[in-house]
Amino acid sequence: MKVDVKARKERRRRLKTAFLVIIAGGMAVFFLLPTVLTLANSFMTSQEISANYGMIFSEGDKKSYISEAVNLKFIPDMVSFKQYSTVLFKSPEYLLKFWNSVIYTAPILIIQIIIAVFAAYSFTRFRGRLKEIVFFAYIILMLMPYQVTLVPNYLVSDWLNILDTKWAIWLPGVASPFSVFLLTKFMRRIPNSLIEAAKIDGAGEWKVFTKICVPLCKGAIYSVAILIFIDYWNMVEQPLILLSDADMHPLSVFLSKINAGEISLAFAVASIYMIPSILVFLYGEEYLVEGISYSGGLKG
Amino acid sequence: MYNVKGVQKKVLKGGNVTKGSTKRKLKNHVISNLFLAPSSIGVLVFLVIPFFVVIYYSMIDNPIGRNFVGLENFRKLLENEAFLQAAGNTLFFSLVAVPLVVVFSLGLAVLLDMNIPWKSQFRTFFLSPMMVPVASVVLIWQVIFNYHGAMNELLAVFGFSGVDWLKSKYSMLVVISMFLWKNLGYNMILFMSALGSIPRDIIEVAQLEAAGKFTIFFKIKLRYIGSTILFVIILSLINSFKVFREVYLLSGDYPYDSLYMLQHFMNNTFASMDYQKLSAAAIIMCLFMIVVIGILFFIENKVGEDIEG
Repeated sequence: MKVDVKARKERRRRLKTAFLVIIAGGMAVFFLLPTVLTLANSFMTSQEISANYGMIFSEGDKKSYISEAVNLKFIPDMVSFKQYSTVLFKSPEYLLKFWNSVIYTAPILIIQIIIAVFAAYSFTRFRGRLKEIVFFAYIILMLMPYQVTLVPNYLVSDWLNILDTKWAIWLPGVASPFSVFLLTKFMRRIPNSLIEAAKIDGAGEWKVFTKICVPLCKGAIYSVAILIFIDYWNMVEQPLILLSDADMHPLSVFLSKINAGEISLAFAVASIYMIPSILVFLYGEEYLVEGISYSGGLKG
Repeated sequence: MYNVKGVQKKVLKGGNVTKGSTKRKLKNHVISNLFLAPSSIGVLVFLVIPFFVVIYYSMIDNPIGRNFVGLENFRKLLENEAFLQAAGNTLFFSLVAVPLVVVFSLGLAVLLDMNIPWKSQFRTFFLSPMMVPVASVVLIWQVIFNYHGAMNELLAVFGFSGVDWLKSKYSMLVVISMFLWKNLGYNMILFMSALGSIPRDIIEVAQLEAAGKFTIFFKIKLRYIGSTILFVIILSLINSFKVFREVYLLSGDYPYDSLYMLQHFMNNTFASMDYQKLSAAAIIMCLFMIVVIGILFFIENKVGEDIEG
C-alpha cells in the first residue's frame, strides 16, 4: 500500500514537471521565433523570398509567379550566402549604415562609463544632504521619457550648432544619468571599512578610487556597458529628430526604409545587425542579469 | 610606512586637529566636485538648463515676438486633435500593456522559480528578445501580421476569416504582443532576483504551519516583492512610452490612427518647427511623469515600512 502511494505521488510530481516544461517550452517558442525566422530567412535566395513573401512586399504590382499566400518557412530550399556577399561587397550603403551605428554607439559607451564611474564615486564617497538631492534629481531625469528629454537636447544642439552632426548624438549620450545611477548603487555596496582601511594605510583619494573602487566594480561596469550598448545600438528616436540627413542615420532607422525590391537583402542585413547584440548577450548574459537585478528599486 | 609619516607630520604641526579637519573637509569637497563635474555639467547643459528654456518657450507666443501669453499654448495644445489622439492612444496602450507585462513577467519568474529542468536555458530564451534590435525582427512581424500574412493563414486553417492586422483596430494587439515580446525578459529578471531574496526561513515556517502553496504565494511572497512590483510597473510605464520605436519601424511616420503615438506627434511637430507646441507637450509629459514617480516613491515608502514593521 505504502509503496503505491509513494509511486502515485512520484507520478504526480513528474506530470506536474512535464506540464511546466511544456508551458515554458511554448513560451520559449514565442520568444525565439522572430529571431530564428529572421536568421533562417537570411539564407534564402532572393527568388525564394519573393516567392514566399512577394504578396506582402510588392503591393500593387502582383506578378503571376508569386504564390497566393505567404509561405513562412524555417528551412530554406537552398541555403545561399549570395545575399550576404551582396550586402558585404556590393552594396556599400548597408555597410555605411552599419558603420554609422558603430560610430554612434562605441564612443558613447566608453565615455559615458568613464564619466559615470567618476560621478558614482563622488556620490558614494562624499554624501551629504545636497548630494542626496542631486542624486534624486538624477533618478528623476533618468526616468523621463524621450518625449521630455529630446526637446531640451534639440534646443542645445541647435544653439551649439551641432544639429545634423555626430556630436548631436554623442554629447547628450555621454551625459546620460542612467549609468551614474546604476554604478552608484553598485559602489555603495562596497564596505566602507575597506576604504577606511586603505585610507589609514595612507592611500589618497585617487588611490582608493583607482585601486579599490574601480577594480571592485569591474563586474558592474560590464553590466552597465551591456545595458548602454543595448540602448544605443537600438536607437531610433534620437537620429530621427537630431539628424535630418538620412545618410547619417544608423542601420536601425535605415532598415525600416528598405524597399520591396531588396527584401531578401533586408533579411541578411537584419541578421548582420543582430550579430553584435547576440555575441554580447552570449558572452555577457550573467553580467546582464546582474545589472538588471541591481537596477530594481530606486533607492541608492 | 605611510602611516608613520602621517602621524609624524601631525605631531610636527603641533596637533592642530580642528584646522587640519576643516582643511581636509575642503579638500574632500573639491575632490568630490571634480569627480562629479563632467557628469553634472553634461546633465546641466543638455537637460536641466534647456529645460528652463522649454518652460519659457511654452509661455510665449512665438520665438520672434516673444510676448508672454501665460497658459495659452497649453490650452491650444489640449484642444489640438492630433495631440489628444496621440495622448489617448499612448495612455490606452500603457493601461493595457503595463498590467499584462507585469502579470506575465511575474508568471515567468514564478515558473523559473519552481523546480523545472533546463532552467538556465529557459532564462536565456526568455531574455533573448531584449538583445535583438527591434529593427532586425520588424520584417518578420510584418510577414506574420500582414493581410496576406502567416497569422491570417493560421486563422484560415481554423476557419476564421483574416483581418488586416496592421491597418485596423487590431493593430494595437500586434504592438502589444511586440511590446510583451521585448520587455517580459527584463522584468522577469527583476522578479526572479526579488523572489530569490525572500528569506527562506519565513517560507519554511509557513510550510511547517501547513500553509498551502497559494497562501504562501499570495500572503508572503507577493508582500515581500511588493516594492519590486511597483518598480516594474513604473519601468514598464516608461518603456510603454517608448513603444513608438516598434510602431515607427512597423509602419512609419503616419501609422493607422489607433497607433499614432505621442512620439509621432512630437516628431511631426519637430518637422514643423513649432517650438511652442513642442515645449508645452514636453512639459505636460514631464508633469505627468513627476506625478507618477511621486506616487511610486510614496507607495514604496509605505510598502517598505509594512515589511520592516
